[in-house]
Amino acid sequence: MPILSCENLTKQYGAVTALDGVNLNIEPGRIVGLLGPNGSGKTTLIKIANGLLTPTSGRILINGMEPGVETKKLVSFLPERTYLANWMSVKQLLNYFQDFYEDFDRERAATMLAHLNIPETQRIRQMSKGTREKVQLILVMSRRARLYLLDEPIGGVDPAARDYILNTIIGNYDPQAAVVISTHLIADVEPLLDEVVFIQNGHILRHTPVDQIREEMGKSVDALFREEFRCL
Amino acid sequence: MRWEFHGDAPIHAQVTERIERMIVSGALKPGERLPSVRSFALEAGINPNTMQKALNELERGGLIYSQRTAGNFVTNDPQTIAAVRESLAAQTIRQYLRGMTELGYSPEEAEARLRAQLQSEGGIEHANPEL
Repeated sequence: MPILSCENLTKQYGAVTALDGVNLNIEPGRIVGLLGPNGSGKTTLIKIANGLLTPTSGRILINGMEPGVETKKLVSFLPERTYLANWMSVKQLLNYFQDFYEDFDRERAATMLAHLNIPETQRIRQMSKGTREKVQLILVMSRRARLYLLDEPIGGVDPAARDYILNTIIGNYDPQAAVVISTHLIADVEPLLDEVVFIQNGHILRHTPVDQIREEMGKSVDALFREEFRCL
Repeated sequence: MRWEFHGDAPIHAQVTERIERMIVSGALKPGERLPSVRSFALEAGINPNTMQKALNELERGGLIYSQRTAGNFVTNDPQTIAAVRESLAAQTIRQYLRGMTELGYSPEEAEARLRAQLQSEGGIEHANPEL
């Protein structure tokens, strides 16, 4: 059974259609790139999967269930913008995640934070942007979830932090779980991906294994994306 | 250091070739144990499924073998390694010839040109064994 399934999923904001009849299945064990230009519907899709928005019509199922308390146990979400309180220390954050999520592996998070030499007494507001992003990703990836939804995990950080974040995703790979990464930094994430979903104006343009794109078209996902989304 | 990939071939095929070259060049020794799939994938900066695909391919070709619990090992058979070395050599030569053809050299001219280069330089320096 797919861990994430969209059936005719539509979302309208007033007169604007953000998602238009999306059908999509994501299987466990897959790392999937959700790729599209700004305003294509990536974040809307991820927010509906998290129950932060409700569909106008159609539905989204997480492990066969509509978003709700039960699915929040299965989904680990990295939002595009930070939601962690500035005044919190690393230790408080660990406590907070442990309280909230049964599947939070505190030891795993603490080990990763120790590797980065981030003291547990440090507060969010004392961290650089790159460090904040890394800490946030560590917290999200330290849950033993079935579905990780990462909205722009590498946007706005330097290349070294980017490598660290990508390695954290690889290092936490779980064949029982799917990872969906929304980004427009395609060349950076491409070696991580099993499949890509191209989305534009709320429509799925393609959902294809990365190997197939390279084998049948003889080009990288990055090159294909530039062609299919060329600004005329 | 993450591995670099070009756009023309699937990443698993590029990983397979890279590991073949590591074995042929001796960067990975006969009988040596390979890193676990996860840590090898981390080293390369790739999806573990892709690394597994490359390792399966190498195992099919006999260049590595897996022991159920202990992991993957480089073959001890010098003939298998020599055969892969030979096929990588043929591929390297084809690349050279293709490049020379693009520059307008016939195969015979390319051969003569290579000889002349070797004479003027007294042989080329040995490639970095670490790749």
